[in-house]
Amino acid sequence: MPKDHAPKDRGIGASSRRREDVRFLTGTGRYTDDINLHGQAHVAFVRSDVAHGRINAVDTEAAAAMPGVLRVFTAADFASAGGIPCGWQVTDRHGAVMKEPKHPILADGKVRHVGDPIAAVVAETYEQARDAAEAVVVDIEELPAVIDMKAAIEDDSPLVHDDLGTNLCYDWGFVEDNKAKVDAAFKAAHHVTTLELVNNRLIPNAMEPRVAVGDYAFGTGDHTLYTTSQNPHVIRLLMGAFVLGIPEHKLRVVAPDVGGGFGSKIFHYAEEAFVTFAAKALRRPVKWTCQRSESFMSDAHGRDHVTKIELALDAEGHFQAIRTETYANMGAYLSTFAPSVPTWLHGTLMAGNYKTPNIYVNVKAVFTNTVPVDAYRGAGRPEATYQLERVIDMAAREMGMDPIELRRKNFVTEFPYETPVAVVYDTGDYHATMDKLIEIADFAGFEARRAESAKKGLLRGLGINCYIEACGIAPSQLVGQLGARAGLYESATVRVNATGGVVVMTGSHSHGQGHETSFAQVISEMIGIQEDQVEIVHGDTANTPMGMGTYGSRSIAVGGSAMVKAATKVIDKARKIAAHLLEASDADIELKDGKFSVAGTDKSVEWGAVTLAAYVPHNYPLDQIEPGLEETAFYDPSNFTYPAGAYACEVEVDPDTGKVTVCRFAATDDFGNIINPMIVDGQVHGGIAQGIGQALLENASYDADGQLLSGSYMDYAMPRADDVPFYTVDHSCQTPCTHNPLGVKGCGEAGAIGTPPAVVNAVVDALQRAGHTHVTHIDMPLSPARVWAAMQTN
Amino acid sequence: MTKVSMRVNGRPVSAEVEGRTLLVQFLREGLGLTGTHVGCDTAQCGACVVHVDGRATKACNVFAMDCDGAEVATIEGMAAPDGTLSPIQQAFQDHHGLQCGFCTPGMVMSAAALLDENPRPTEAEVREYLEGNICRCTGYHNIVKAILAASGQPVAVAAE
Ligand code: FES
Ligand code: FES
Repeated sequence: MPKDHAPKDRGIGASSRRREDVRFLTGTGRYTDDINLHGQAHVAFVRSDVAHGRINAVDTEAAAAMPGVLRVFTAADFASAGGIPCGWQVTDRHGAVMKEPKHPILADGKVRHVGDPIAAVVAETYEQARDAAEAVVVDIEELPAVIDMKAAIEDDSPLVHDDLGTNLCYDWGFVEDNKAKVDAAFKAAHHVTTLELVNNRLIPNAMEPRVAVGDYAFGTGDHTLYTTSQNPHVIRLLMGAFVLGIPEHKLRVVAPDVGGGFGSKIFHYAEEAFVTFAAKALRRPVKWTCQRSESFMSDAHGRDHVTKIELALDAEGHFQAIRTETYANMGAYLSTFAPSVPTWLHGTLMAGNYKTPNIYVNVKAVFTNTVPVDAYRGAGRPEATYQLERVIDMAAREMGMDPIELRRKNFVTEFPYETPVAVVYDTGDYHATMDKLIEIADFAGFEARRAESAKKGLLRGLGINCYIEACGIAPSQLVGQLGARAGLYESATVRVNATGGVVVMTGSHSHGQGHETSFAQVISEMIGIQEDQVEIVHGDTANTPMGMGTYGSRSIAVGGSAMVKAATKVIDKARKIAAHLLEASDADIELKDGKFSVAGTDKSVEWGAVTLAAYVPHNYPLDQIEPGLEETAFYDPSNFTYPAGAYACEVEVDPDTGKVTVCRFAATDDFGNIINPMIVDGQVHGGIAQGIGQALLENASYDADGQLLSGSYMDYAMPRADDVPFYTVDHSCQTPCTHNPLGVKGCGEAGAIGTPPAVVNAVVDALQRAGHTHVTHIDMPLSPARVWAAMQTN
Repeated sequence: MTKVSMRVNGRPVSAEVEGRTLLVQFLREGLGLTGTHVGCDTAQCGACVVHVDGRATKACNVFAMDCDGAEVATIEGMAAPDGTLSPIQQAFQDHHGLQCGFCTPGMVMSAAALLDENPRPTEAEVREYLEGNICRCTGYHNIVKAILAASGQPVAVAAE
């Protein structure tokens, strides 16, 4: 696909206004909570208020007698249902499969985290359901809870799952066979930098809380689930096949407008299975709308790693080896993709942008009495980037080297590059993104700005870092070997109507990314028709081909490729029809600007005339091709894509209070080719704010008893408009992906991956420059209290 | 049950409501005006902002019966009857001030109230005014730009 750098008014490279905006700006979007079915009942869940306990009895009698109550469900009602499945099986360093606990829809025998659902009350109205939920009496014998990961794998720890006999889910070594070589490299190293750090637990907090509406048609036996999902087909497969035993053809899953996901809406949740089950049991549609305080304790959380990383260098600063040991919190159950996050999405990125010949990653995944942890924007890659980019900064300081020069000295410069952690970077140019960063962040002006800050009594610091990520997830055969219980292809059907308009039905799902606009731009470019001639349909298993959904910055790279493949088939067929109409050979037919013409002549036929001929085949080669113009394609990527870039952050630290202000932030990203630059900028902006949130503000905090202390927006600090500056972003460095037809890499997660180390590096830099030379690291979030305390110890 | 009457987007409405019915429930469930969203249960996120008698108000934090006789404006009433977007709505589209759209109605209503009070706010004033509106998608960059642009101040356009 050719790349066009000229400003355009449509097609690939144009900043087309988003068509979805009109409905969202006028209040006419259709989110799941906007769906109300005739006769629907409402459910309220009774959730555990203790982190760990044995359920002695659940008395539902009083609740069942309350006004409007239709039925109260407990675990016993789900005896015939399967548990919530896990979609990835990790094999540990000794060749054994991970420990996989049962995950019932409603807690059975024990509760294992605050928020674990115990009973569900369905009533005529939501208020009645809630009132009655208060009347359910649960007799729980509280057990000692285990929250700290290291304590959880001590011999005397309470067990989250008694039948597993351990809280260790797996002990993963990567690459296990390299361990001895890595240890030897450390022995021989000139310098070793060691850093222990915490990657703080986050709560994704998409602004739309989860909602699920179950419906059942008694006459036909058809189930419908409306749900806030990033991947309706995945939910259909998991819930249908593993939980409720409903074949796919009797189960429709619809994810309409979805108000953000960031990973948290990938997973199959118990509430989805509940409403689907209850709708049939009650012969009524059943709706669940999550309250925000409920989301805090039921949406899968993110991150939560405790890591020790060591970096070995030679005397000139060449990286010799990296060795890490990470404890990764799984929470109380295994969420859908949880086991893959600290392993295959984390260990494989430990090479970063650098040539390091020896790498060994050890990850111990641990069960605790906390909400399950799973993928959150970046998923594993932010954790890898953070530790690597922090330890490099620290090594530069210890060795008296410039942090940019140290990075440059170790950059991978030749591609394809096979890392020692099993991935092959197809393309990239890390010096180019760093050069661009130095320019757009105005490093030359930093000293003058620092002097200005000093006049105000503030300490200014500059932090930089690089990142690389593996996106476009993923080659199915490879992930199959790594333990995925799914393929990770994507699909599209391109349907051309008789009058030339195009409808694309995609397995990708848009929940803020603007696919309805950007996918249409690609078709517009390929055919040469206006974008408004193209409609993008997504989010409903009834009218889209089987797709794996949207996460891992995969939509344009994998879903877009499937669409290009299907559109190419359509165009090839249309070319044959055009050749017939023009009485020429198809090899001579060119498609440009919505017109087929015979090369080297002035003979041509409009796109619309060809599509009409396909459906009104009066003059048509019926002996050679079928009427109609519609094709489906599945695309399975041959490799990951590798977006990469360099970020810079400038902060001011108030020495009296420890408060950190982000003053400037610059990001240069190489996303390969770009479909809609405006949308790409917006994706990066949002990721940066989430990264600043992680670095400075956000923390999911549990006390020792397993009570969630940050259970509302009053205690969990979401970034607000006045916590962030304007950002300077650039994506003019473009090394197109070599293995997908659009040359795209994906841009959804970069900001959240690249930002936290830049912020922390900047704060440490500010303190170092101010003479606090003992401050080499502060754990996120860098709250005023933590920063202030760090300054006091000198 | 209490009877309330109010005007919503210029249209008179009245209904019987429970004492505990929130204005946002009344709008969403009673009137089917689902543009006003609920993003939290602690009056922090601003997804539910509407105007009550011209003032930006979190509709999750006021009882419907307390709005008896009030003039309520919601996102559904912002565009012209022929569908033409208001200057603020148009600026949000031109500057890509929304992604998933969930916070957007509240953002637009807050922005409209801000520009009523302060027709040419500075960047810092916009950011401070939006303290009570959380957006998880945009990082606020393009929201702030859109509001500055809607106030007639020069801002480079994102969509071109
Ligand atoms: S719904 Fe969050 S402030 Fe009203
Ligand atoms: S656009 Fe998604 S929360 Fe603001």
